[in-house]
Amino acid sequence: MPAQRATSRLSDTDLVQRCRAGSPEAWNELVGRFSRYVYAICSRGFGLAPEDAEDAFQEVFTRVYSRLDTLRDDAAIRPWIAQLTRRVCLDRVTSSAHEQPVEEVADDRLERTIEELDEAFSIREALEELGEPCHELLDRFFARDESYRTISEELDIPSGTIASRISRCLGKLRSELEGRNPGDPPSGVQR
Amino acid sequence: MNDPRTYDEERLGRLIGLLEPAPEGWVRAAREIPAFRQMLDEIVARAEADRAFHDALVADLEAAMADAGYEPEPRMVEELRRELGRDGRPVA
Repeated sequence: MPAQRATSRLSDTDLVQRCRAGSPEAWNELVGRFSRYVYAICSRGFGLAPEDAEDAFQEVFTRVYSRLDTLRDDAAIRPWIAQLTRRVCLDRVTSSAHEQPVEEVADDRLERTIEELDEAFSIREALEELGEPCHELLDRFFARDESYRTISEELDIPSGTIASRISRCLGKLRSELEGRNPGDPPSGVQR
Repeated sequence: MNDPRTYDEERLGRLIGLLEPAPEGWVRAAREIPAFRQMLDEIVARAEADRAFHDALVADLEAAMADAGYEPEPRMVEELRRELGRDGRPVA
């Protein structure tokens, strides 16, 4: 059965406002929308061990929940979460790994990784716009690392056609990206 | 944002792959944060209003929670221990 879509078309601004109003559905959506991003910063960006990454992940979302009222620009939720995540990960690195100075973590490599994750987030937003089956197909193959066989079984499509479908979907994704104005605002800003 | 012309298939695939799903259990726990905080606030407020309940929590946190009908879930116990320990008294 296809996995549930990670995000909806609700803008980040609307999402934040609904979370502030106490909507459980909005909070679920917010966690779904940013969970991969936070996870990637903790694991890929800072290279935290799984148990540290899990603690950091929960701490980030606890802070997001308790400090949402302090966010000045609701459309800027993604950079705000990125900043919170960096702070939480840095705290964890400094408190649990004294053998590695903070400067070695917060170096150019980290900056480049986070820039790439920001770009990957934008790609994911474009992927959402593609709809199904491309969203599901590309996510399963590239992000979930599923085999042709698994994808074939789960989505009930012939395995022999998966490679060509992936290629076609990547072409659509590229067209979607090309159709976007480079000056478009980032995640969540009303278009 | 990068020039869209640089988005060849290989690059797009790599970028999609950077954001793999977080473990399901982590996401589930994060989604439970509002309910968790609500219960935590409720217990702390009750402890502030009811001295006997407060003292019971300090004496044996997990037993007092269970007696009051709260599940002594480890994360909740840890957080309560931190909250109740703020007045300087050790919490059992």
